[in-house]
Amino acid sequence: MGSAPSLGEQDYVRGGATQTAVKILVVGHFAVGKTTLIGSISEIEPLSTEETMTQAAEAVDDLKGVQGKTTTTVAMDFGRLTISDRVVLYLFGTPGQQRFVQMWEDMARGALGALVLVDPERLADSFPVIDLIEHYGLEYAIAVNHFDGAPLRDERALREALDLLDDTPVVTCDARDEKSSAAALTTLVRYLLDRTR
Amino acid sequence: MTGRDGWEPEAAELVRPYVITKGRGLPDEDDLSLITLVTASAEDARRPTRLSPEEQSLLELCSAGYLSVAEIAGHTHFPLGVVRILLASLMEGGYVTTRPPVAPARLADREILEEVLNGLRAKFG
Repeated sequence: MGSAPSLGEQDYVRGGATQTAVKILVVGHFAVGKTTLIGSISEIEPLSTEETMTQAAEAVDDLKGVQGKTTTTVAMDFGRLTISDRVVLYLFGTPGQQRFVQMWEDMARGALGALVLVDPERLADSFPVIDLIEHYGLEYAIAVNHFDGAPLRDERALREALDLLDDTPVVTCDARDEKSSAAALTTLVRYLLDRTR
Repeated sequence: MTGRDGWEPEAAELVRPYVITKGRGLPDEDDLSLITLVTASAEDARRPTRLSPEEQSLLELCSAGYLSVAEIAGHTHFPLGVVRILLASLMEGGYVTTRPPVAPARLADREILEEVLNGLRAKFG
């Protein structure tokens, strides 16, 4: 440490002096494709920040241990997209573990909404993520990441399985594809706009 | 911290976070959210204080433009909490200027959502 990493002009926020930032969360279970989706539309190489979480020890009576608490490192991946000369959008990929309460509060505060990335073959893994999103009162849309060869369930079955409201948007996307990822994001923002009517 | 046994005294991973932050606690999170934009202030706005090597490296990083708090953490590989504390101290000394994110009360603002929607459409069709 001691010397700053050298950044290029493109690393800085374009028109930073007039910009205000907004953020959208990209959430989903482990390995569902959050970072891939962010990387496909971000104008910067996705970055990662680490937050060291202190958790209460699982076994409260374990006083022999050097530390009474355990620490875990949680990484969040994120990217950036300049929307206009007034708005810059950050996309934060957030792991769906319930125990990282502080990180979730940090993430959820001030977010426009969330794109919930879902693997049709592992729907049950998405339940805790959706619970968290609802707990923090965030509006969301579902993006079904259509992995190669995975059969796509029909939307009704998926809605039932995930117990979605009728107006919650469901789109399929290929997280590796820029246009497809952007279309999923557009669906979410259009929905957010509808909700403000 | 001593440099004995061939340790690299400045390696971040060998310095406990509270040493880097000089024991300071976390600032109010609304001041330095993940997406608060930060840049170095003009020289004449700065109060002469002694900066730690870490504060100096953050200042250097912010000197060529605006970066979000999250980006600063990402580029420096410091934990987010440490970055927030260091930035709060730099703010106190007038070394950095911040642009807060869109206020929570305005998030449901149609104007902002429309701008995001139009921006996405313009970029990706």
